[in-house]
Amino acid sequence: MARIEIARVSKIYTGGVRAVSDVDIDIADGEFIVLVGPSGCGKSTLLRMVAGLETISEGSVSIGGRRINDVEPAERDIAMVFQNYALYPHMSVYKNLAYGLKNRGTPKAEIDARVAEAARMLELEPYLERKPRALSGGQRQRVAMGRAIVRKPAAFLFDEPLSNLDAKLRVSMRGEIKQLQKRLGTTSIYVTHDQLEAMTLADRLVVLNGGRIEQIGAPLEVYHRPASTFVASFIGSPAMNLLPATVFNGGILIGDQLSGLSANLPNGHVTLGLRAEDLRLVTQGTGMPFTISFIEDLGAQRLLHGLCGGHPLVVAVSPDLDLPANIRLTIAADRLHFFAVDTGKRIEPGPAPVQPAQNGTETAASEAGMTAGF
Amino acid sequence: MKKVFDHLILLFGVFLMIGPIVVAFITSTHEPTEIYSKGLMITWGDHFYDTYHKVLLESGGFTGKVTGLSELRNSFILGIGFAVGKIVLSMLAAYAIVYFRFRMGVIFFWMIFTTLLLPLEVRILPSYAVMTKLGLVDTYTGLIVPLLASATGTFYFRQFFRSVPEELLEAARIDGAGPLKFFIDILVPLSRNMIAAMFIVMFVYGWNQYLWPMLMTTDESFFTLVRGIKQILLVWVGSQIPDYNQAFALAILAMLPPVLIVVIFQSWFIKGLTESDK
Repeated sequence: MARIEIARVSKIYTGGVRAVSDVDIDIADGEFIVLVGPSGCGKSTLLRMVAGLETISEGSVSIGGRRINDVEPAERDIAMVFQNYALYPHMSVYKNLAYGLKNRGTPKAEIDARVAEAARMLELEPYLERKPRALSGGQRQRVAMGRAIVRKPAAFLFDEPLSNLDAKLRVSMRGEIKQLQKRLGTTSIYVTHDQLEAMTLADRLVVLNGGRIEQIGAPLEVYHRPASTFVASFIGSPAMNLLPATVFNGGILIGDQLSGLSANLPNGHVTLGLRAEDLRLVTQGTGMPFTISFIEDLGAQRLLHGLCGGHPLVVAVSPDLDLPANIRLTIAADRLHFFAVDTGKRIEPGPAPVQPAQNGTETAASEAGMTAGF
Repeated sequence: MKKVFDHLILLFGVFLMIGPIVVAFITSTHEPTEIYSKGLMITWGDHFYDTYHKVLLESGGFTGKVTGLSELRNSFILGIGFAVGKIVLSMLAAYAIVYFRFRMGVIFFWMIFTTLLLPLEVRILPSYAVMTKLGLVDTYTGLIVPLLASATGTFYFRQFFRSVPEELLEAARIDGAGPLKFFIDILVPLSRNMIAAMFIVMFVYGWNQYLWPMLMTTDESFFTLVRGIKQILLVWVGSQIPDYNQAFALAILAMLPPVLIVVIFQSWFIKGLTESDK
């Protein structure tokens, strides 16, 4: 149990490739941090630097106030769970769990007690004498976690531990990991490329892209206020719609069509972010025109894929909603996201002008745009 | 019907393989004069006990110090010494090449690998010269050590170690296992089937060594079974007839240990191949 400080850490490979660049993360004691990003974003490299499996090129990592840059992995007081479990195939489950303790010279009685405790926690008691190959994927994963637990380390490091499991097992193991971490209160760093896993597990998310941090924040904060177009498209499913748009005198044009939306932004081009689940269908009045290309029925949700102002757009609607022939879309003003076109960074619009009612504002704004532009 | 046919082919194969051995065994139970006059035998003779007793226990050779048993012992020392030595050496070499980053590691690997192109026969005289200078002629050390370096073994173990998932090493490092502990606790047990396979190959190789022991040993107490057979046939003086029965008996005896080794270790070997979970 400890605080982990990752300060200005970089990984530079020979040849000058920067796999991780200037990463700063301050992890509180007992916090569950999820590093998420597409493959090649440096999330595993970062984790492996904390574990000591990769050298730290620049910056420093400290665990519990102790700088561990040059400390052997075994001395860092961490435990790691690997994607392919990395169980020792020739050892029984008991020996797998006990190996790390044995190497540290823990007395036999204590090893027994700790293994028994971990086995009870993970419901592995009936399998202690089995070899890993005689276990199912989920059980192997549990043994891998047990190996981490018995050590009672300052921190758990998880390297995509669930990606080798099938979808159903993944969901249940996800829950187990979360519960276990809450119960043990051990600081954890978890690497995944699965945004759903990241959202559900994390106390705080760290979204990485190209070796840099795009955003750090609580899952809902990241979801509601993505810091960049990258985060916006990565977190949330279906991915956020990103449309090129133009702000003109407070009105928003998508392509060259009026959207009926408004924002207190200076005139110019922006990237407009619209979450599929925030969009509403309206049959009358103003709104963005929308033509459906095809429909995906997911059971709980129905995804309408189509075009808005010539740009592809996905709308999520309730499956029992009747689709009108002529669809227009609207969205609450506080659910609009704006990003700079060049940097992709989030732009916060100024406070909206005083408005009598939601609909009124939209109409007024679109009329304003109409008179000004067309 | 097809099954019968399959079995016929298999039986024919068995007959081809076992036939000569059976003939050799049966012939070895006859008197040498009988063998000399009548050729190979296919009926059981009456001298099974005599021949084998003589071959195993009675002293022979120029010095009269060699018995079949001492030759058997020497063959075992050579075979097991070769197999164990080669396995230990090539495992350590492969471990260094695969798991340690040292200068010119790749070059070293290729240097070892190219020695495959240089069989013993090519370097037998220089090797012999070195051994003479070291005073190791007529010693077990001299017999075994010069042949221990094994490119084949190193190569096989290297390939095997490379197939061991890297995460195992990482997990072991986090579990506090140093290089030696990782090797002994993880790598060696994992290589068990590989070791068994190597043991078969290397034991048989060592057991069947002929040229090198012939060069290295002049003292008959170091003679191996394979050399013993040759020795029996080297008595064409005057009207003497070589003891063909003894030569056959010795050949049969020389064959048994490698066969046993193969049979014993093969079950491990196959087990290792079917349990593919590494």
